[in-house]
Amino acid sequence: MSSTLAGWLQAVALVGALALCYRPLGDYIAKLLTTAKHLRVERGLYRVIGVDGDADQRWPSYLRSVLAFSAVSLLFLYLLQRTQQWLLLSVDNKAVEAHTAWNTAVSFVTNTNWQSYSGESTMGHLVQMAGLAVQNFVSAAVGIAIVAALIRGFTRNRTDRIGNFWVDLTRIVLRLLLPLSIVFALVLVANGVIQNFHGFHDIATLGGDTQSIPGGPVASQEAIKELGTNGGGFFNANSAHPFENPNGFTNWLEIFLLLVISFALPRTFGKMVGDNRQGYAIVAVMGLFWVASAALMTLAEQHHGGAALQAAGGAMEGKEQRFGIAASSLFATSTTLTSTGAVDAAHDSLTPFGGGLTIFNMMLGEIAPGGTGSGLYGMLILAIVAVFVAGLMVGRTPEYLGKKLGSREMKFASLYILTTPTIVLVGTGLAMALPGERAGMLNSGAHGFSEVLYAFTSASNNNGSAFGGITVNTEWYDTTLGLAMLFGRFLPMVFVLALAGSLAQQQPVPATPGTLPTHKPLFVGLLSGVVLIVVGLTYFPALALGPIAEGLH
Amino acid sequence: MSKPLPTAVRTHATALRMLLVMTVILGLAYPLLVTGIGQVAFASKANGSIVSSDGKEIGSSLLGQNYNLPKKNPDDPKEEAQPDPKWFQPRPAANGYDGKNSGASNLGPNSPDLLKLVEDRRAAAAAFDGVDPATVPVDALTASGSSLDPNISVAYAKEQVARVAKARNLSADTLNGLIAKYTQGRSLGFLGQDGVNVVLLNKALSEQK
Repeated sequence: MSSTLAGWLQAVALVGALALCYRPLGDYIAKLLTTAKHLRVERGLYRVIGVDGDADQRWPSYLRSVLAFSAVSLLFLYLLQRTQQWLLLSVDNKAVEAHTAWNTAVSFVTNTNWQSYSGESTMGHLVQMAGLAVQNFVSAAVGIAIVAALIRGFTRNRTDRIGNFWVDLTRIVLRLLLPLSIVFALVLVANGVIQNFHGFHDIATLGGDTQSIPGGPVASQEAIKELGTNGGGFFNANSAHPFENPNGFTNWLEIFLLLVISFALPRTFGKMVGDNRQGYAIVAVMGLFWVASAALMTLAEQHHGGAALQAAGGAMEGKEQRFGIAASSLFATSTTLTSTGAVDAAHDSLTPFGGGLTIFNMMLGEIAPGGTGSGLYGMLILAIVAVFVAGLMVGRTPEYLGKKLGSREMKFASLYILTTPTIVLVGTGLAMALPGERAGMLNSGAHGFSEVLYAFTSASNNNGSAFGGITVNTEWYDTTLGLAMLFGRFLPMVFVLALAGSLAQQQPVPATPGTLPTHKPLFVGLLSGVVLIVVGLTYFPALALGPIAEGLH
Repeated sequence: MSKPLPTAVRTHATALRMLLVMTVILGLAYPLLVTGIGQVAFASKANGSIVSSDGKEIGSSLLGQNYNLPKKNPDDPKEEAQPDPKWFQPRPAANGYDGKNSGASNLGPNSPDLLKLVEDRRAAAAAFDGVDPATVPVDALTASGSSLDPNISVAYAKEQVARVAKARNLSADTLNGLIAKYTQGRSLGFLGQDGVNVVLLNKALSEQK
């Protein structure tokens, strides 16, 4: 089989598998978010933590719960890293340095998984599994909880209640993420991903060398790392490491896992608002961007632009032989269009156009399909903007799913859209203005600028991948990128929950012949246009200085 | 009767209890369960796919290794290790197949450093294997993403046959047979890319009588 054909088949198989999961998984998530029944274990858990599982919260209370849970998580994770040398299974690692521990704690609590450390030489097994992996679960669940609250804003009328955060969190973890993770962790072990509690094990090789074979509970972390769109690798090389990603099948499976929940959530949305066509329209926009991006990325990598790659005769720098160009391109596209940030190849060494595309994918706001929950709420905000734009064209008050989009709603939507670009551009500008921080670049010229732009884009959008050449384990980068992740995650959530509260209070307006249908191809086109224009106008100057300048050079 | 705690304190207390419960379930019970099942059902794979030769562990079939000549002066960190002609050579690795330090070069597509590395590698591989520099395959010129890539392309394996055959006094047919045996196709026929596992190939080589 030719490698081109195999490359296409991998993508087709991926689309097929995701399509098969769309209805059952989306319906299942809708059910767990709406049913009044608690499982016995959940009732016990509510008693332990002291909440009434049947009492819904107003949006400020829901938000306070999210923030309190995240604050406690951040502190716990920070302390765990700072004290690991006294705990079990530290594998001889010392206490993590203060600025690294802060950055990592923020990173994992915000579902970013940006890593300014090298996994195998910094984190002990206990921190990995009881600290980092726990946040992989709960930060993913927080994202889904927020989008559930937003959808309830559309489905509920004349109420100030948008759900119970503790119930949402518990159900998403226990009924969705945990069972799937157990199954897929075992599939990964069966394919060679390690799962043990050993430290390094020295072996004398045939070549007369000594090699340290790493150990650790990797598979259990790997499954939720992809499924929860987290992306933080157990090892520095992330999913390029053979112990995280041993063969072509696990590579495909990891791409599937990091996409599957986010691509099924539009179905959950359609189901909850009582019109599955609304879900199809949203997933169509997501699918459109994913397919276009995957195709462009594959073409760019196959053309291996760049003087060094031209000399080598192929874009294999930073890529693994067992994955090859096509599968690595598919991974790079999917990881940056979601908030995952796991990598099976070094993004810094992608072609100028391919690398630029990974940055552009994140700049889209990670909505195609985006992080678990965060992708859908990002897309719904853009849908609100699209409806608003259409309303301006014909001069009538816009409405989406029977809810009027007045000035209050549009304020929250606009604030949401402005937040991330502000953090990205201010952060990048600051770093470029400081000579010490500019020196952190590995590559020079336009590519070096791209490294800095990538870092702030990745942190603010909670992606976590990097143009890895840049040196970021400094106090300045750890602190500022930590702040970028923190604000990039929680400010948008504030606006989404406020919007949810505002929508839930409304009395729905009946649809009239003048109402813009939001399930038709026209709307799919309009929404796609809004996505491109909003991003294009915001980021074009920055992109022109980095990847575009390098590509044209 | 004590006064009820302020809402903010109660919310944080709830949050802390929730986090502790989740840590027990997701941070301890879950990895222990997966480890338990993994160690029983897939013990070899869960422990790193270690391979042995003559009863001695020689590495993991998933992690590539160096096959270099001993250094002339082992204490000189500047001396570059030279490849041993007796073995099939793996891909270039930015961090030299160090199990404690995985990672890529991160050199950009237009990097002058990378361009020089590629040109040097092309010349060195062609001279070492006695082939035309233009024919050296791309995986022999570029460093992997992990620095632990166990595979090379079939083309790169074939390029090395004549040199290894000469160094070991083996026939090219024998070596080509071994290459065919340790060529791993795409998973399920279409996922990923095919390649030759250098660890297993060299192990088989060492066991040739």
